[in-house]
Amino acid sequence: MTKPSMFAILAASAAAVTILGGALGATALAQDAPPIGPNSAGPVRGDAEAAAIASNAPRFVQRTGEDLYMNVCAACHMPDGKGAEGAGFYPALAGNAKLAAKGYPAYVVLQGLNGMPPVGEMMDDDQVAEVVNYVRTHFGNEYQDAIAPAEIAALR
Amino acid sequence: MTETPQFPLSKRDLLSMIGKTAGATAMLMAMAPLGQAHASTFTGPIKLDGNAKGTSVVILGAGLAGMVSALELSRAGYSVQVLEFNPKVGGRTWSLRGGDTYTELGGFTQTCTFAPGNYLNPGPWRIPTEHGGVIHYCHELGVALEPFQQNNYNAYVHSTQAFGGKPQRFKTIQADYQGHVAELLGKAVRQNALDDAVTAEDAQILLESLRSWGALDSDMRYVKSNASAGRRGWAKGPGGGLTAVPIPSEPLDMATVLQSGLWRSLGSHLTNEHQQAIFQPVGGMDQIAVGFERAVGSMVRLNSKVTAIRQDDAGVTVEYLDTVSGDRLTARADYCINTIPLSILAQIPMNVGGPMAAAIRAVPYGPSVKVGLEFKRRFWEQDEQIYGGITSTDLPNSQISYPSTGYGSKGPGVLLGAYIGGATSYEMSSLSPQERVQRALEWGAQIHPQYRDEFMSGMSVAWHRVPWTLGCSGRWTEQARAEHYDNLCQIDGRVVLAGEHASYIGAWQEGAVTSALDAIGRLHQRVQAA
Repeated sequence: MTKPSMFAILAASAAAVTILGGALGATALAQDAPPIGPNSAGPVRGDAEAAAIASNAPRFVQRTGEDLYMNVCAACHMPDGKGAEGAGFYPALAGNAKLAAKGYPAYVVLQGLNGMPPVGEMMDDDQVAEVVNYVRTHFGNEYQDAIAPAEIAALR
Repeated sequence: MTETPQFPLSKRDLLSMIGKTAGATAMLMAMAPLGQAHASTFTGPIKLDGNAKGTSVVILGAGLAGMVSALELSRAGYSVQVLEFNPKVGGRTWSLRGGDTYTELGGFTQTCTFAPGNYLNPGPWRIPTEHGGVIHYCHELGVALEPFQQNNYNAYVHSTQAFGGKPQRFKTIQADYQGHVAELLGKAVRQNALDDAVTAEDAQILLESLRSWGALDSDMRYVKSNASAGRRGWAKGPGGGLTAVPIPSEPLDMATVLQSGLWRSLGSHLTNEHQQAIFQPVGGMDQIAVGFERAVGSMVRLNSKVTAIRQDDAGVTVEYLDTVSGDRLTARADYCINTIPLSILAQIPMNVGGPMAAAIRAVPYGPSVKVGLEFKRRFWEQDEQIYGGITSTDLPNSQISYPSTGYGSKGPGVLLGAYIGGATSYEMSSLSPQERVQRALEWGAQIHPQYRDEFMSGMSVAWHRVPWTLGCSGRWTEQARAEHYDNLCQIDGRVVLAGEHASYIGAWQEGAVTSALDAIGRLHQRVQAA
């Protein structure tokens, strides 16, 4: 090995450390998580009333509270709003007293809670308001004070 | 070693010099290209020197992090017990095969009817060369590995918006993209457009490299030729005898390649963790769980749902429910290694300090859906000459992965028919398992029309509905890392956490293995110091 090539290795290793430091600070680290790519639309929910599935990731395409609930929230809180329990649990939204203050569910949709992802990041203000109002007026919940999109914007 | 090094240096001298000059991290980095270190933090079998001093440890969770901890601590003389929620070990290291039943949250039960030998890995499914920790334990536990075909040049890249929805071979799009880029760059060099960036001498080297990289002709053009056809595929391939003469194919023009968008798929196999060689356990990912079970299964108590974790000055008490008998029981140990996913741990009472408690609540769990489809015959091999590998598509199923084993088998074969993240993943998770299978079939049939005649059965796993994880994996943001990561990993009194969520290799098994080794190493130091 020649002297210059050894110094090249020293320089390269120092550069590699810099690169590593940069990578560790970023979120670009590879995960073996599924790809999030642009998907074209194709019908997913079978019934005509529900929206076409297949949002162009990373945003949801559904517009009404019901469609958003049935295509997003129902994954965990279940279509009947009763939640589920295994090693952990998904709280029931049916008859849930925490929905009394409209700001609380809006905050949870926007910020997430514990393991729940902030799904509101993939919705606009209208969509978040729609789904919050839907949950607060269904599954036995009868809260009539609707939240407005402008209030969602203020909570982001 | 003298102050003025003699040349040639030995590898050891060089590393020593780098270590002195640039520090230990630089030395570790420098070791990798010389073949002495893996790319993760795994550097070889852990050595827990010293004495366990009669110390007991209760480990929560019998996934990879928990079982690595159990194996190494028991070897070092610790008294180990493991509590596991499921009726079997492995956690996300899991395979579904014929005869298995799986009930997801919400109550949908699927019974797998795959033929013997066929399986779906709902969670991790491939092991990169980079992941030396996982590979080490596979070797040690007698878990055979085989190649996982990550990049198959004969698999497809597909877009509903290009070529009328007709799938293209990966090799064709890559060859044409590279060829045209090489030709274009060659033109720029020859027109002296890059004089500011490239010396005259290097320009000649660059041209030569572009000719080689792009399969260009002697005039630096990417054209119909044996050279280009040798990469993109032939109109008529070479053979023997009187039908031997090959006929080259006509390359796509550059605008077509660019506007197809299919170049988006070319980079997907380039990251370190997707480069060949990459492996899978023979017979399914759960063979790693089986290997660990042979080693530490006797220490694991199954069907044990943790309901509270309480530490005091003298030890840790874990309350748990036997999910079969309904009995409420407790376990007691000097220390606790807690590998429960944060999505669930955030719901379990545990008296740790504010910083760790906040960290546990700071990591949302991402969605992910996989669908396995069994077909009567391996039409992808028989009709389309695709042996393993991955087809990528802009359809919501995102990709189709062909089995990397059993080539040429005449019996039924199982594809990974969908592997989905992002918004679509929530939508798929909201459906019943049968509806998910139906969607995957509809999408896949647009690429492989044989789906319609050959389908037998399917299984789907939506990770947000998996009872023991409530999601696929922890998703750290840069901000959350900065604020909470160290607090999550610090030993809090007598409790330390481990798992993929306590790593920078999220959603990979190597994250679980390296976090466990790091945690038990620190715990052992504490026991030595006590």
